[in-house]
Amino acid sequence: MTYQFDFAALLPYWRDFAAGVWLTLQLSALATVLGFVGGALCAIARADGPPWVKRVVGAYVEVIRNTPLLVQIFLVYFGIAVLGLRVDANVAAVLALVVNVVAYTCEIMRAGIESIHRAQVEAGECLGLNRRQIYWHVVLRPAIERVYPALVSQYVLLMLASSICSQISAEELTAVANRIQSDTFRSFETYIVVGLVYLALSFVVRWAFWGFGLLVFTRRRKLGTAL
Amino acid sequence: MPTFGPQHLWFLLQAAGWTLALSAIAFIGGGLLGFCVALARISPNRIVRGLATVYVQVVQGTPLLILLFMIYFGLAIAGFDQLPALIAAGAGLTIYASGFLGEIWRGCIEAVPKTQWEAAECLALSPWQRLTRVVLPQAMRLATAPTVGFLVQIVKNTSLASVVGFVELSQAGKLINNSIFQPFIIFVTVAIFYFAICYPLSAWSRGLERRLNVGRR
Repeated sequence: MTYQFDFAALLPYWRDFAAGVWLTLQLSALATVLGFVGGALCAIARADGPPWVKRVVGAYVEVIRNTPLLVQIFLVYFGIAVLGLRVDANVAAVLALVVNVVAYTCEIMRAGIESIHRAQVEAGECLGLNRRQIYWHVVLRPAIERVYPALVSQYVLLMLASSICSQISAEELTAVANRIQSDTFRSFETYIVVGLVYLALSFVVRWAFWGFGLLVFTRRRKLGTAL
Repeated sequence: MPTFGPQHLWFLLQAAGWTLALSAIAFIGGGLLGFCVALARISPNRIVRGLATVYVQVVQGTPLLILLFMIYFGLAIAGFDQLPALIAAGAGLTIYASGFLGEIWRGCIEAVPKTQWEAAECLALSPWQRLTRVVLPQAMRLATAPTVGFLVQIVKNTSLASVVGFVELSQAGKLINNSIFQPFIIFVTVAIFYFAICYPLSAWSRGLERRLNVGRR
């Protein structure tokens, strides 16, 4: 093979890469927080809401989980345009990511909520806790703690999936890479570098979540026990 | 300006065929490679195990989009620039699927109780016999539901093959949209096609999970 690798050609673009990384992190952080809140609400609605709400949320989860993110992004992006609104590609990107990740979060959390034994709720009732207190202290917090690893994996995947937002010209890392490779004609090198950057990001995000978990879940519970 | 009509629907239907073909390639290729990955991950050799771990980390830590670009341009500079897009897309999705299927199957193999290995050893079975006669049949039962579930991920992710110029369902939708610009109806139709492929798989996976009773072991 006579190909000459030339990674140095990419050096002048380090600012663009950094800007791409920053936007990727911003998009995914925003989508993670909104997705977590939305997903928790959907999970509660699906576990404990009136029957029609359960059905609506269930249908939403099924539709989102069985269609590709790319198509969802196109639908949100063009759908907003059809409604006559003008929004930034970044806003559309976050919206689409949230719509997507809420469905997955809902499913994961529902599994967590279902894993809480009924007797725990009854014990809470015996202690005279009201519905909200029971939900927060007895159901939701232990449930989230139990499914935390699954949630973390989902949010790392979300960060990686945000690369798809490049398809609607949100200027995150992958879009930056697309632009740089057409500027420099160093396609292979560009994508190798960006691949490594994503790899590093996924490790950093995982560590951040791990640290966050240590801070938030101070009571060490063993899996398989009642709580 | 032409509107969305039967000819577009027919085009989408053909593209859906390509989506299915690409999914099949990714599943078969990814399955074969993934099985090797799973075996390497439980290998008694530390170096093999380490390499497999790195492979899985890299595949799972890189976006599929970047993986596809890398393979597409990598093949081009290796001199294969006339290859059909199906090859590049198929190779990328195969690698992607192998990383995830390998991990799923490793989990299932390791979920078989250790005593089963020991019992097989007591019967004087060779390591290969232990694996294929005792452990794998039990692991397969555990692995069926998540494997079918992962098929949904493969089908959905073939949508990214459009970036290397492969005309599957999403790319077909984009092409139609470029000519008649009716994004809403087009992409809703595309989504319906994907849903029609993926939903039965999801339902099947859930059914298998219930029937094989793996959730309650």
